[in-house]
Amino acid sequence: MSSDIYKDIILDYYRNPRNFGDLPDPDVRAKDSNPLCGDIIEMQLKIGDGKVNDIRFKGKGCAISQASASMLTEAVKGKTLDEVKGMGKPNVLELLGIDPGPTRIKCALLALKVLKLAVYGHLGQAVGEEVKQLA
Amino acid sequence: MVEKLETINAARIREDFPVLKRQVNDKLLVYLDSAATSQKPNTVINAISRYYREYNANVHRGIYKLAEEATLAHEEARENVAKFINTRRTSEIVFTRNTTEALNLTAYSWGRANVGKGDKIVLTIMEHHSNIVPWQLLAEEKGAEVSFVKIDENGELRQDEVQEQIDERTKIVCVTHASNVLGTINPIRDIGRVAHRYGALFLVDAAQSVPHMPVDVQDIDCDFAAFSGHKMLGPTGIGVLYGKTEYLESMPPFLGGGEMIREVHTTGSSWKDPPYKFEAGTPNISGAIGLGAAVNYLRAIGMKHVHDHEKEITRYALDRLKQVEELKIYGPTDADRRVGVVSFNLGDIHSHDLASILDEEGIAIRSGHHCAQPLMEFLQIPATSRASFYIYNTKEEVDVLIGALEKARKLFAR
Repeated sequence: MSSDIYKDIILDYYRNPRNFGDLPDPDVRAKDSNPLCGDIIEMQLKIGDGKVNDIRFKGKGCAISQASASMLTEAVKGKTLDEVKGMGKPNVLELLGIDPGPTRIKCALLALKVLKLAVYGHLGQAVGEEVKQLA
Repeated sequence: MVEKLETINAARIREDFPVLKRQVNDKLLVYLDSAATSQKPNTVINAISRYYREYNANVHRGIYKLAEEATLAHEEARENVAKFINTRRTSEIVFTRNTTEALNLTAYSWGRANVGKGDKIVLTIMEHHSNIVPWQLLAEEKGAEVSFVKIDENGELRQDEVQEQIDERTKIVCVTHASNVLGTINPIRDIGRVAHRYGALFLVDAAQSVPHMPVDVQDIDCDFAAFSGHKMLGPTGIGVLYGKTEYLESMPPFLGGGEMIREVHTTGSSWKDPPYKFEAGTPNISGAIGLGAAVNYLRAIGMKHVHDHEKEITRYALDRLKQVEELKIYGPTDADRRVGVVSFNLGDIHSHDLASILDEEGIAIRSGHHCAQPLMEFLQIPATSRASFYIYNTKEEVDVLIGALEKARKLFAR
């Protein structure tokens, strides 16, 4: 069956999540859930020189939420914290290769929200409305 | 209008529902979410439209032709609903916004006057949030206790817990007639008898039963019942609280304002008799008229036929679903003990993923916790997918569902 939303790549990341699990000694961790869906994502980061040196995630939920989390961990490894702060919905949609539509967009953006919570938390900066409203 | 038939001719009934002709993602819509809200027949849509086109006016006050017609239509709707569930008096029908408001009204007005510290409110683990939260709010305010009757492995209420939990301290027992997740039809007559034996009142959440099967409130002998118009072919924004006259009369008002008063003075006010005491402000006139038309439509078909048709579809769906590999069905396996609501999970596919895949096939099902988180917690699952049926659904639609589930299973297979 061809599915518009569930491209092979999304299912692959869902089935075989990259960077899944715990980091030894993370510098920062953040966790959030989407109460409507029950999607849960936790991100753990190693940070040095203002960069994401290592990152892992844990979570439970739908394929969209878990695949986007896994893809995001790959995409931000080595990126500066400023670059991560500058990421938004288009970056996630580009990684997924689809727009999941208005009913599922929060599933796709939960990982980015958690990632940003971690980065802002690490920097000791206040989290803006635009982050809170991602998912 | 449909004539009295021996069985339901769903193909003919479908002609009455314009939305069922819609294409979704280039596929004919397969609507399997009537437990959330039903579709509307032309007769309901036209009744609402006719009110706005021909006799729109406020009710109960105007001394002119249009107001008289609007008032008559509004009160005729009340009579239709009263007959539909066989109340002793028409005044036992209070119009609300929906089931949720009807339950809140009861918890607020009756509850605050009758429940005190140390009293007990008995619910069941399969209640919708709307039949839990208002009672929790009341219990918190009054220092009362809320307890939950659990279910067995078949998704049916444990009778030993019914007997155990309802006791001398119990002031009210609130039970759903039919579960919006498991489909279970509860033995409410028996539970009501236990409640009354201890002097407790008995409230039935009839949101999933009144639209789908014959419900006779005198036969059930419940003290309150609540249901929504939009789940029974009527419009959104109109619901019903049934209450026995003796309780409606003794209860304090809910909302204060126009329509509900007899006299207002600077020193104090007095109330109208029920049901108007509980209907402050301009009511949902078009909603009531639409609900009246929906009730007429259902009565013309006959609720026994509605129930039989849904049982047949449900039996067929259960049989077919059982054959889908890795699919787990929740609730009673016997279609006779259910309404047309079937919850399931397919392997480890998250129900939202499943709903998205089915949507691509034009199939509308519900996924999530169905406003029943305590039940989900009890079953130790985050969510389910739910297909629910009504008079317009067919076995062919169940086949389409099964085909799409097989596709989803293959798509998600490792």
